[in-house]
Amino acid sequence: MTTTEMLQRAAELFPDEVVTTAHVRHIDLPGQAGRFALITLDNGFDHTKPTTFGPGSLARLSEALDQVEREAAAGEIAAVGVTGKPFIFAVGADLKGVEVLKERSDAVAIGKGGHDVFKRIAALPVPSFAFYNGAAMGGGVEIGLHCTYRTVSSGVPAFSLPECFLGLVPGWGGCTLLPNLIGPQKAIQVVIENSLSQNKQLRGVQVYELGIADAIFEPADFLEQSLLWAASVLKGEIVVERPEIDRGEAWDQAVAHGRLIADSKVHGAAPAPYRALDIIAGAKDGDLQKGFDAEDEALADLIMSGELRSGIYAFNLVQKRAKRPAGAPDKSLARKVTKVGVVGAGLMASQLALLFARRLEVPVVLTDIDQERVDKGVGYVHGEIDKLLEKRRVSPDKANRLKALVTGSLDKAAAFGDADFVIEAVFEEMGVKQDVFAELEAVVSPEAILATNTSSLSVTEMASKLQHPERVVGFHFFNPVAVLPLLEIVRGEKTDDASLATAFATAKKLKKTAVLVKDAPAFVVNRVLTRFLGTVLGTIDEGTPIEVADRALQPLGLPMSPIVLLELVGPAVAHHVAGTLHAAFPDRFGVSENLGRVVKAGKRGIYTWASGKQEVDPEVAALFEVGSTVLTEEQVRDKALDAIAEEIHLMLEEGVVAEAQDVDLCLITGAGWPFHLGGITPYLDREGVSERVNGKPFLARGVASVPA
Amino acid sequence: MPRTARDVVFVDGVRTPFGKAGPKGIYHETRADDLVVKCIRELLRRNPNLPAERIDEVAVAATTQIGDQGLTIGRTAALLSGLPKSVPGYAIDRMCAGALTAVTTTAGGIAFGAYDVVVAGGVEHMGRHPMGEGVDPNPRFVSEKLVDESALFMGMTAENLHDRFPHLTKERCDAYAVASQEKAAKAYANGKIQPDLVPIAVRRTNPEAGETGWGLAVSDEPMRPGTTLENLAGLKTPFRPHGRITAGNSAGLNDGATASLLAAEDVAEELGLPVRMRLVSYAFAGVEPEVMGIGPVPATEKALAKAGLSISDIGAFEVNEAFAVQVLAFLDHYGIADDDERVNPYGGAIAFGHPLASSGVRLMNQLARRFEERPDVRYGLTTMCIGFGMGGTVIWENPHWSGATQNAQIEGAK
Repeated sequence: MTTTEMLQRAAELFPDEVVTTAHVRHIDLPGQAGRFALITLDNGFDHTKPTTFGPGSLARLSEALDQVEREAAAGEIAAVGVTGKPFIFAVGADLKGVEVLKERSDAVAIGKGGHDVFKRIAALPVPSFAFYNGAAMGGGVEIGLHCTYRTVSSGVPAFSLPECFLGLVPGWGGCTLLPNLIGPQKAIQVVIENSLSQNKQLRGVQVYELGIADAIFEPADFLEQSLLWAASVLKGEIVVERPEIDRGEAWDQAVAHGRLIADSKVHGAAPAPYRALDIIAGAKDGDLQKGFDAEDEALADLIMSGELRSGIYAFNLVQKRAKRPAGAPDKSLARKVTKVGVVGAGLMASQLALLFARRLEVPVVLTDIDQERVDKGVGYVHGEIDKLLEKRRVSPDKANRLKALVTGSLDKAAAFGDADFVIEAVFEEMGVKQDVFAELEAVVSPEAILATNTSSLSVTEMASKLQHPERVVGFHFFNPVAVLPLLEIVRGEKTDDASLATAFATAKKLKKTAVLVKDAPAFVVNRVLTRFLGTVLGTIDEGTPIEVADRALQPLGLPMSPIVLLELVGPAVAHHVAGTLHAAFPDRFGVSENLGRVVKAGKRGIYTWASGKQEVDPEVAALFEVGSTVLTEEQVRDKALDAIAEEIHLMLEEGVVAEAQDVDLCLITGAGWPFHLGGITPYLDREGVSERVNGKPFLARGVASVPA
Repeated sequence: MPRTARDVVFVDGVRTPFGKAGPKGIYHETRADDLVVKCIRELLRRNPNLPAERIDEVAVAATTQIGDQGLTIGRTAALLSGLPKSVPGYAIDRMCAGALTAVTTTAGGIAFGAYDVVVAGGVEHMGRHPMGEGVDPNPRFVSEKLVDESALFMGMTAENLHDRFPHLTKERCDAYAVASQEKAAKAYANGKIQPDLVPIAVRRTNPEAGETGWGLAVSDEPMRPGTTLENLAGLKTPFRPHGRITAGNSAGLNDGATASLLAAEDVAEELGLPVRMRLVSYAFAGVEPEVMGIGPVPATEKALAKAGLSISDIGAFEVNEAFAVQVLAFLDHYGIADDDERVNPYGGAIAFGHPLASSGVRLMNQLARRFEERPDVRYGLTTMCIGFGMGGTVIWENPHWSGATQNAQIEGAK
């Protein structure tokens, strides 16, 4: 098939593509530098809908290249350039076009189609220039890599090869061209390290410093200066010199280092970064075509893989579903929040006070049982603001403003009388929380939201003794509050729409990913994690060695092993939550007596690093009384995954959340579970766990998998 | 407190290529503020010796101070240009003489000692802001017959000028216009204009206007080289049936921006900035609004008187060509021939265009280039007519004047 035919077929598969036009306009460069054909990539929308490449867009670019090839051959132009519409260069392949692909041959076409078109830029008989004027990602970055020269605007806010983050490789030349341009070490930083670090973006200055761009200009007259620079290059007044790349042992070392980075991020569980590293390793000999062929193969394999489909599914959850929470009431019902109260001045409460002050920029009053605690809480917040000031994250004026917003008081009536939103973060015990709410109700307005940061108690029960239970909502943050995006918003039995809408509006201002959950024990994340941890701990209690059980989940590439997770949560908290869930569902949630002993002994962890490497703390080992059933890693893993699949299935039956998608969104944003698992249900589906346990998959075919 | 007035010098001046206003013009999709910002940045690039924080004022003129020409454009342009936040700015309006007034006003400040270095310029995007946008003339103008209705329409005032000076015929005006186009084309061919142009990236999304995508404006769009008397003879006279003013013998509706750098002469010396012209005097004068085109005459009289010079001392004229008849009225007054080589030898606004409040600095750019070429010329002037019956004139001295060297040698010999 020719490129045109391939692209035609691909375009038919993807009729909804927002097609990017490649406009060709001619410029007479100043100083008699010649006639320049400038290609502008533009999808016809403003910067809120960034330019992407689908098959139709590649076909348009191909037509533009037909024209400039002709002109270059006829000697009518001295050079060709590529740039983008205002604020956007191009942000890569249109993922929607990847989601619809069913056949490997079509996946190959996507890779080859991009290569065939982009390669023509490098093959032009005249020099080519990319002017990275704005955001550039993936295929957007790659089209520039095929050019002879590149300039970048110092105003570019986002520049990346995010393919590995999603489960792909930079497959339109990125894996091959980038190491040949800037060396493997820097290329791996961009392709692997940044991509796997929550899709970290480069700014324009870094693009220049890494050597990806040959020149950098300020955004105010970026295109003018880029064109004048191009004119100087064409006239020979400027000679671009790039550092020599070490193609010896340093290349292999860089790749080996890249594998360590990939291991630390995905623990071998996601294929994409390793495929990218293989191609980068192979790029050492500078054979571009061989590299491009390898990219096509890798791209096709990955496009047809469950990991990539899960990655796109997860990306869409975080990008789209997170912005329109399922089940949230109409936002017009939300009331204004002009002052916030925080009951309790402990660490969690202080973190909340800081977050509310920074994001809502309204007065936040902390209260506690004595002045000393209040002072400590306010002192913590002020200290954190000083740290932000030191790091120049806030200006001195902003620091003053934020500090003035956060105050403490022992007089709840005076402090909360005019507050619209009061959140409690006191000791996790129903009686204590009910008392706090009763006390608050006496001093706040009848409409003020009373929110609880409980992680496992019933919101309905907490509200039950109030005159206005309809204003109570659960507002469950995840520790560390500043890092984890998830906020589980719990609707109690009597919670009304206005209160819930206010909670969602507040969550949005807090820049949190809000998910609506039913008032069920431990809500979503803690319930799944507790069931999972409980199952793993159960195998240890029954006789499986701690190390074996703890290694069992490694093939999933979770951010941390079960025991490390237990240590992060804290044995005491984990034990407490397990107790709550045991009370609710005694047949599924056990309470580990060994864990109880660990807590009682005041141990904060299971492992010790005293010898310099991770070992089970002998004092902890001495506390353990175990059975004689020794399971293999695989057996432990099956048990744990079965338990998770069963629990999520039951949660969905109970209506804890609207759909499996919400469980996945919670696990991604509240527990850091990886994209290649799609949270967890796509993984359970593709590994056959769902079928085995529940008799059916969680998601319909095509949602997070190759469509039928 | 005793004071000494300081000498003010023109250090540098640049402009955008001028465009045709309207949906097919090169700047149709370009903001006005961006045009002037790119001029200011070019001034800084061209004068690396000037620390940006030494700029004491950014005066930017615009006639229609709305939208992207509003919001105190001198200040917003300073910020958008990346000048330090400590550099202030303001907006100026004297219609066509906006940039000229930005220069004279800040020059006054330099002479007084309030400023060391200033940026003065102007912008007019007549495509985005057509003449008369948002105006609300006081009804007393008409009810009390303070001015004739024609005073509000520049083309009508030009017809009125023909009435006053019947010997300035349409044929003479057309001949003048043809010459302006010829001189401009020749100046371009000889590279006299391009050194002071700032290329502007221009976007086009309307295919009816030409190739779409990003382009680069590098030359004046309104120019019509090869214009002949025959071409002009048949043009419509939109301001009067069987009138004399046509699109051919007047400047068009245009988009563009200019910016110049002025300094106290001692500061220019301290910073190693070039001195391209030295300010001698300036004056503005009012005339009957119905014949605003005659404004340059009394303004020049005043400026000459203040400088103690006579018209014969002026060796180089840059007269804005809003209308050919208005240039001829000026020349006629002083007995200068229509084709005198001292007048607009590089062509004028009839060829390049006249984006109202930006034009003053274009005249200065051209005069400064002429001074470099003509060390035999000591004095030159820039003058323009101004809406609602005014004229403005600035007299400049040529720092390259060879007589100055001779005088210095004589002084030295004493």
